[in-house]
Amino acid sequence: MPEAATTFDVREVTEQTRLIDIKGDITAQSEDVLMDAYGRSSGEGVKAIVLNFTRLDYMNSGGIGLLVTLLVRAQRQRQRMLAYGLSDHYRQIFELTRLDEAIGIHDSEDDALAAAGGS
Amino acid sequence: MSDERTEMPASEEQAAARDATGWAKSVSRLNVSEVPEGAVNINVQGRRLTSPIQGFGKMWQKTYQMRIPAERVSNTDLIATWKQHFPDFWPEGNRFYGPLTGIEPGEVALLNMTLPGKMKLSTGVMVLYADEESFTLMTPQGHMFAGWITFSATAVDDHTVAQAQVLMRASDPIFELGLTLGGHKQEDRFWQDTLTRLAAHFEEEVDIDTQVVCVDKKRQWSRWSNVWHSSAVRSTLYTLGAPGRAVRRLFKRDRAVA
Repeated sequence: MPEAATTFDVREVTEQTRLIDIKGDITAQSEDVLMDAYGRSSGEGVKAIVLNFTRLDYMNSGGIGLLVTLLVRAQRQRQRMLAYGLSDHYRQIFELTRLDEAIGIHDSEDDALAAAGGS
Repeated sequence: MSDERTEMPASEEQAAARDATGWAKSVSRLNVSEVPEGAVNINVQGRRLTSPIQGFGKMWQKTYQMRIPAERVSNTDLIATWKQHFPDFWPEGNRFYGPLTGIEPGEVALLNMTLPGKMKLSTGVMVLYADEESFTLMTPQGHMFAGWITFSATAVDDHTVAQAQVLMRASDPIFELGLTLGGHKQEDRFWQDTLTRLAAHFEEEVDIDTQVVCVDKKRQWSRWSNVWHSSAVRSTLYTLGAPGRAVRRLFKRDRAVA
């Protein structure tokens, strides 16, 4: 049986901020695990979700669609979404798909958490 | 001299290769290099792409699926055929003016669509992503909806499952109204017909499974001004201006002869 391609681990950074470490691929097939990770990270009082893309291997257009759906769910809960660790290539993809207009992109975890702290 | 480069694992190399070829290069505004005869490029040149984030209306995810026995066609062969003959599978009354190079990342195609009330609409799409198992078209400002459509095929048991999935918001209040007043149904029929034609190409008669999910019931009222780019308004004005353009062409020709 093939090894699971993707894991999403949730870290509680502060009462108001959760961080999701993404490892592997994000495709349309990642929907259940990504939404499960969001469910685990999105408790009462959480105001910011930070996505760590440092260990992202690959993302296709289905994966970008999932991020849009995730963003809508977060906005419904009045949560901000931030990201860091994107390679230059995926930064360009975020610009191309204009996801960068809704998800704050940062260079490092410290920068992202500092921005999240201001939420 | 020692080589200090770290060898990339094979899986990472494969991922990098998929990345390099799959995605369109970043563009700020669309450029149409060639306008085929019959196509109208009034709503594409210089426009920005729009994701569902930039749209106005409720957000929808619509999924249309059909199954063909795998012995008839594999998923990769189905996608290759779909890319190659993409315009041929469109329902009558609509034209897809694909680039000569076919469905390749970054290519822009012009579209002539027929909307309810026989209204003609000129717009376009850009190929956002393409690989052996899927391809995605993204819409520009002024299109009926802001978002993308992903066409994919997967091997499930002994079948090939072909799918068109739309993630969208109506671009502006006029299109939102149009979608509510029959536009959604027409769009459903459009992709159901497309999949039926695709199946017929492989000599199969299929039932189309349709799933519609409202991802976000909220309308983004801050985006109402998208109507400025509306391809419906601009296509209508373009159509109304046809007699004037014909007269101008006539005068120009007469002057040239004189």
